[in-house]
Amino acid sequence: MTDSRRTRQIAGLVALLALACALPFLIGNYRVFQMTLVLAYSIALLGLNMLTGYNGQISLGHGAFYAIGAYSAAVLMDKFGVPYWATIPVAGAVCFICGFLFGLPALRLEGLYLALATFALGVAMPQILKHPSLEHWTGGSQGIVIVKPDPPAWTGLGQDQWLYFFTLAWVIVLFVLGWNLLRGRIGRAMVAIRDQPIAAQAMGVNTSMVKSLTFGVSALYTGIAGAIGAIVIQFVAPDSFTIFLSITLLVGVVIGGLASIAGAFYGAIFIQFIPNIADQISKAAPWAIYGVVLIAFMYAMPSGVAGFFRLVEARLARRRAALAAPPPSPPPEFPLQHPRRQP
Amino acid sequence: MKKTLVRHTRRAALALALGAAFFASNAVAQAAKYGPGASATEIKLGQTMPYSGPASAYGTIGKVEQAYFKMINDNGGINGRKVNLISLDDGYSPPKAVEQVRRLVEQDEVLALFQTLGTPSNSAIHKYVNAKKVPHLLLATGATKWGDPQNNPWTMGFNLSYQSEGQIYAKWLLKNKPNAKVAILYQNDDYGKDVLKGVKDGLGAAGAKMIVKEATYEVTDPTIDSQILTLQGSGADTFINITTPKFGAQAVRKAFDSGWKPLQIINNVSASIGSVLIPAGVEKAVGAITVAYYKDQNDPQWKDDPAMLEWRAFMGRYYREGDPKDQSNLYGYLAAQIMTQILKQCGNDLTRENVMKQAANLKNFKLPLLLPGMALNTSATDFFPVKQAQLERFTGTQWELFGEVISTDAR
Repeated sequence: MTDSRRTRQIAGLVALLALACALPFLIGNYRVFQMTLVLAYSIALLGLNMLTGYNGQISLGHGAFYAIGAYSAAVLMDKFGVPYWATIPVAGAVCFICGFLFGLPALRLEGLYLALATFALGVAMPQILKHPSLEHWTGGSQGIVIVKPDPPAWTGLGQDQWLYFFTLAWVIVLFVLGWNLLRGRIGRAMVAIRDQPIAAQAMGVNTSMVKSLTFGVSALYTGIAGAIGAIVIQFVAPDSFTIFLSITLLVGVVIGGLASIAGAFYGAIFIQFIPNIADQISKAAPWAIYGVVLIAFMYAMPSGVAGFFRLVEARLARRRAALAAPPPSPPPEFPLQHPRRQP
Repeated sequence: MKKTLVRHTRRAALALALGAAFFASNAVAQAAKYGPGASATEIKLGQTMPYSGPASAYGTIGKVEQAYFKMINDNGGINGRKVNLISLDDGYSPPKAVEQVRRLVEQDEVLALFQTLGTPSNSAIHKYVNAKKVPHLLLATGATKWGDPQNNPWTMGFNLSYQSEGQIYAKWLLKNKPNAKVAILYQNDDYGKDVLKGVKDGLGAAGAKMIVKEATYEVTDPTIDSQILTLQGSGADTFINITTPKFGAQAVRKAFDSGWKPLQIINNVSASIGSVLIPAGVEKAVGAITVAYYKDQNDPQWKDDPAMLEWRAFMGRYYREGDPKDQSNLYGYLAAQIMTQILKQCGNDLTRENVMKQAANLKNFKLPLLLPGMALNTSATDFFPVKQAQLERFTGTQWELFGEVISTDAR
């Protein structure tokens, strides 16, 4: 049963990857650009999900790390002439350090208090970016315009298609790494800290270290997403990274499904497309429509889109089992993966 | 033999007829030329507006413009074509503006962009629209950088630019108060420096003597009291107040309360009675001077002005939910009138090239809602439609126009 499930999963992933590769040849440049943004957001959401979904720490300020990543890339390209592809790892490293350092003192704060501390960071970020002492690099409130990268000639792709594949490559790398991290020893430690911090400590988990590292890795993912987002948008300005971005990211994580890797994609699709749909429905109150959709989603899928799919799958499996020949009284299958709490 | 001859003539006649028909159709095709977003029945324009987010108060500009084109369409459109203005929300967020503008250009394929609002949003799309060669017209922002035909030949602003405004104050001072000792307070960013540059350019050589003190503040500063005291200490008798509303109110009040009481020139950004002068105390702002270029519907002298009555009738018929006291509704109407003129001038050549050419070909264009004596002019080297304005003085209850319309140099 698990074997066939594994094969099905792999087949599904391969099909999805094939579709993702074919997509930019089937749709127009504008849609390719939107899908590139979806991919970038999915990286940020995976990062935030590590922190919030797996480790149980709430961050209302991840937009700040997105901004730091975006500005790292923009400043490196604009002031130091670094090629765009080389800025991504640097942006990730900068954000990892910032996240780790921010995570250290924040460790003393639990739950809602941490949420407030990160909220402060998110609120402050646009003003920090405008600060005159940084203006020389950040361009102040006017921001920085970035040159759109040209694809290498051998690919024969358009600029938007190239950026899409560039982003897709990062998505694959980061999701494989993230999958390994979350399914391994550290991932189990993260979940243990979320569910039973005292028991985790008793089992020998270095709680503070794991928490800080989680914060750092989470910031790293979000920062890389920010750098890619900046290159795709070709512009950074303090107004691009208001507190609303942080809230949007949190919405994406919850809608996609907490503690779910695939949830990052569902959440990214939601935060990219639902505001546009809301705007088309009503010019007078687009965010009221957005709110209604949000409530509808949470009502219909309380554990996020990923949780909903899991539920449907489980139900189908049960029905299939019931339809099959009377089972020779199998022992209740013990879940091989670590049990995940439904948020 | 005869038969074949007949057949030949017939064939020739047929060929001739076909040829004539072909040329005729060709002539029709030549008469009307269409670029993306234009056809025999429709002209598609696009814009992004902050319908949500921190600047959503300006969203009414997009709505009044859509209402204006509804009226134009009800009256037969422009040269027989209906105008379809696609107005999308960008939430005053630059990334969202990029996304929406790409949608407008690549998916909706609009002929031109019109009145995209906000300096950050327009900065974000500036390079893109110029690379794509899409007319980016009458932007709703005052920055001077939009009038740069050499480097950005597809972008043209609308507002009286910040530098022009500064120049107008300078020109008035040179003429009416040549011995003024001027103190200037400005916001330390691109906007503040833009206005300041206009003042200095306008004063020219006399500036070195006239400007006795400059002070700056940051948007993050809690108050500007110490700056005002520094300026007061310089012995200046004229105070140019280049600030945004919150600081504008503080400056007006402090300059009065400290006993300085100079002649105050308040830049247009902070000229709102409701959000600046009332909080500062109207009695402290009596005699202050600012600039205007279109009629103010709240000014009693235009109460029975025909253009104003026409605008009110339009508001009542096409945009009833809009606030008739909100100046943005007049501003948007004015911008839509100019866009209509540009499209009229395009005639049947509705290509992006021609739209841009006609936008840069406004010749002495007068609009009844502009102040009397004003006209709009653009050329291939001059992308600043509004270069004139008149000064007005605060009476304690309202702004009152005085003097004559002042023109600036080509910017």
